[in-house]
Amino acid sequence: MNFKLKIWRQKNAATKGKFEDYTLNDVSPEMSFLQMLDYFNDKLITEGGQPVHFEHDCREGICGSCGLYINGRPHGPLRNTTTCELHMREFEDGSTIVIEPWRSRAFPIIKDLVVDRSSFEEVMLAGGFVNINTGGALDANTTPINKKISDRAFDAAVCIGCGACVAACKNSSAALFVSAKVSQFAMLPQGKTEAAERVEKMVAKMDDMGFGFCSNTYACEFDCPKGISVEFIAQMNREFFSAKVCSHKK
Amino acid sequence: MIKLESKIPQGPLADKWNNYKSHLSLVSPANKKKLDIIVVGTGLSGASSASALGELGYNVKVFCFQDSSRRAHSVAAQGGINAAKNYKNDGDSVYRLFYDMIKGGDFRAREANVYRAAEVSNLVIDHFSAMGVPFARDYGGGLDTRSFGGVQVSRTFYAKGQTGQQCLLGTYSSLNRQIAKGNVTLYTRRDMLDLVMVDGKARGIITRNLLTGELERHSAHAVVLATGGYGTVFYLSTLALGSNSSAAWAAHKKGALFANPSFIQIHPTSIPVLNDYQSKLTLMSESLRNDGRVWVPKEKDEKRKPNDIPEEDRDYYLERRYPAFGNLVPRDVASRAAKERCDAGYGVGDTGLSVYLDFKDAINKQGEKVIADKYGNLFEMYEKITGINPYREPMRIYPAGHYTMGGLWVDYNLMTTIPGLYSVGESNFSDHGANRLGASSLMQCSGDGYFILPYTIGDYLSDEIRTPRFSTDTPEFEEAEKEVKERIARVMAVNGTQTVTSFHRRLGKILWDSCGMVRSKEGLEKGIEMLDQLEEEFWKEVKVPGTADEYNQELEKALRVADFFEVGRLMCQDALDRDESCGAHFREEFQSPQGEAQRNDAEFAHVSAYEYAGNKQKPVLHKEPLVFENVELKERSYK
Repeated sequence: MNFKLKIWRQKNAATKGKFEDYTLNDVSPEMSFLQMLDYFNDKLITEGGQPVHFEHDCREGICGSCGLYINGRPHGPLRNTTTCELHMREFEDGSTIVIEPWRSRAFPIIKDLVVDRSSFEEVMLAGGFVNINTGGALDANTTPINKKISDRAFDAAVCIGCGACVAACKNSSAALFVSAKVSQFAMLPQGKTEAAERVEKMVAKMDDMGFGFCSNTYACEFDCPKGISVEFIAQMNREFFSAKVCSHKK
Repeated sequence: MIKLESKIPQGPLADKWNNYKSHLSLVSPANKKKLDIIVVGTGLSGASSASALGELGYNVKVFCFQDSSRRAHSVAAQGGINAAKNYKNDGDSVYRLFYDMIKGGDFRAREANVYRAAEVSNLVIDHFSAMGVPFARDYGGGLDTRSFGGVQVSRTFYAKGQTGQQCLLGTYSSLNRQIAKGNVTLYTRRDMLDLVMVDGKARGIITRNLLTGELERHSAHAVVLATGGYGTVFYLSTLALGSNSSAAWAAHKKGALFANPSFIQIHPTSIPVLNDYQSKLTLMSESLRNDGRVWVPKEKDEKRKPNDIPEEDRDYYLERRYPAFGNLVPRDVASRAAKERCDAGYGVGDTGLSVYLDFKDAINKQGEKVIADKYGNLFEMYEKITGINPYREPMRIYPAGHYTMGGLWVDYNLMTTIPGLYSVGESNFSDHGANRLGASSLMQCSGDGYFILPYTIGDYLSDEIRTPRFSTDTPEFEEAEKEVKERIARVMAVNGTQTVTSFHRRLGKILWDSCGMVRSKEGLEKGIEMLDQLEEEFWKEVKVPGTADEYNQELEKALRVADFFEVGRLMCQDALDRDESCGAHFREEFQSPQGEAQRNDAEFAHVSAYEYAGNKQKPVLHKEPLVFENVELKERSYK
């Protein structure tokens, strides 16, 4: 297969970036998208150019490192698929592929296709945990949890922190990301005790970090590679509302 | 002269750890604040170490090369985590878990360490559950378990096919809690490039800030390496592409012995190689062998599609050869059996290098929904990569490099041969002998970090309370940084014509052929020779574009690959020295007429620990005899 590539190139945070056009021939349909970029970089390097920087690690859709904006969609055209799981057989031979980094004020560009997602970390630091020390936990089966609730918490917990939800949102809202962690803990007895403080702190930090508001377009759910449901945003809103109304601080 | 002292406590096996930890020296809360600990790596063992040490009040600095501590490769562990809870009432116990691991490791692990790992496994499950890790549950609300290879009980706790992710994210949250409290400082996007020794003790590290290229010095009273395994030495493996051995290798060069380097697990169920540009092999969890049946056609050159091949023309070779364990034989056995069938010409797929993993019977019996509940995400992953729907057609699988049982030699305290340098999780060698059983990796990593290291490191640090925090403006740090700088300059200066990846790929091929699933004296000797040549070529021909003082992903790779030449040579050397077959180490010359591994307990019931003697110099072999007081050494049979 042959492709025209339109790739965002930017030397570092301080320099202005621009699109560069390239042609890449002899791509195998069996290649994954990132293997295609490896192959492209190998060519660039041997021809004396500078390779395109992009983040990746596990290459099996679970670490959340990779995240490219491909033809106008986070992680490309397939639903429930990370960039590393995407394969070239999904693209039309001879077509142009536009590759950009995540676009959001909360994720500044570091180099080429690499962005800084530390704003996510800040939100997690604000309360994305259960306050429990090591040692002294009771036998795990002393706290039975309804299977449906436990499974539901798991559905929220599968977030890989890639940032596609923010990249997909016209407001750059991190509501899906934050709601997944808030909901996971709010549903489980282990996290319930601190649910009110947690949601207040995490939402406040999310606002501080420059993420926009959620206006319920559901673009985040559509582009989430793990299929996390916007119902968790509704749950976060309920948690937030009840925390504010029945303030625990009183 | 290095002396190997395992420091295994006296007394009956079941009481060793309890008695020992009750008598370890402590550090008072006030003094803990004055002590600094460096932890390298934020996988399950690193993040659990850092958070548990932070909770105790030590001042912890933790490092990772990724942009976030949540991305370390523990996240990709799929099938589960073992514990001796006996929730299923099926006869499980700490002793049985211990015994299964000792036998699974083909009697090449230390009894005391393995027993302790089994003992703390129950605490790990309780702790994860208390942190809000959403493990699978049954309808009564209790935790569910499933079976894994090499055992006859059901002790594997799981969260669908994402157990590693859920355990790591739980640990990540406990680490974040300590970071928020100010007990732990996290440094992301850093590669550890050297270990700094002062007066014979580990006192700090040199890191490279991957975004700026800046070299940084960090000092501490103790250093913990939680840097994972070296499976990426094969280039194609189930590991993350960034996984590397450079930190452990830097420690090895400074005097930490490297144990059993040739003990590398080849996982039997990976998606096979599909094209020449493949960069990674994706694992299909071992848990699939609970319900999937492995087979190849009975005839060579079978042209029919798998669904068109009737039962009588299928060879369920694992069930045939190992009726007692069937499809759930341990990984090393399953891998070799697949290779044996493929080498004999019965393999399937275009390359003939794969076998079928078939769910037809399970789906017919249990229904598609039940199977989807258990393995849904794995089936989806398979379909995305191959374009084939495994609900309709059997999966094709083949073995791939996966986990390194070998690693830095540690004593019972998890301390390496360098005082003050610890190694936890996959980066040490201690618990899995010559073969790791499935779901015991998450178990060991969290046990090491949450429930073992916090006790043993205190004993060492209790002698350090009079050592004040120290500056990094010392000749030792100066020297270490200079060495790193020179090494970087050297690789940048080559300016050849071939990419780093092209060397890595060739290096991997040499090792896969010579030191993979089956080894021979001749093949290993040839392998070492080829590695020497390739390394020479690397230092003449490699091309690293860009500069050293910027974000440069090619430079990161080049420094890691440069170390892999040495790691690969040590693997081959160890495989040559060990004139027996055990676990994952299978020497062609040492097998039974039925093709099973033949151990030689009289001569090789020991840990081989190597001392670095300089590049291309023959390493010095030290032996730690393995004493079995509680189990009887016998042939490991799964028949």
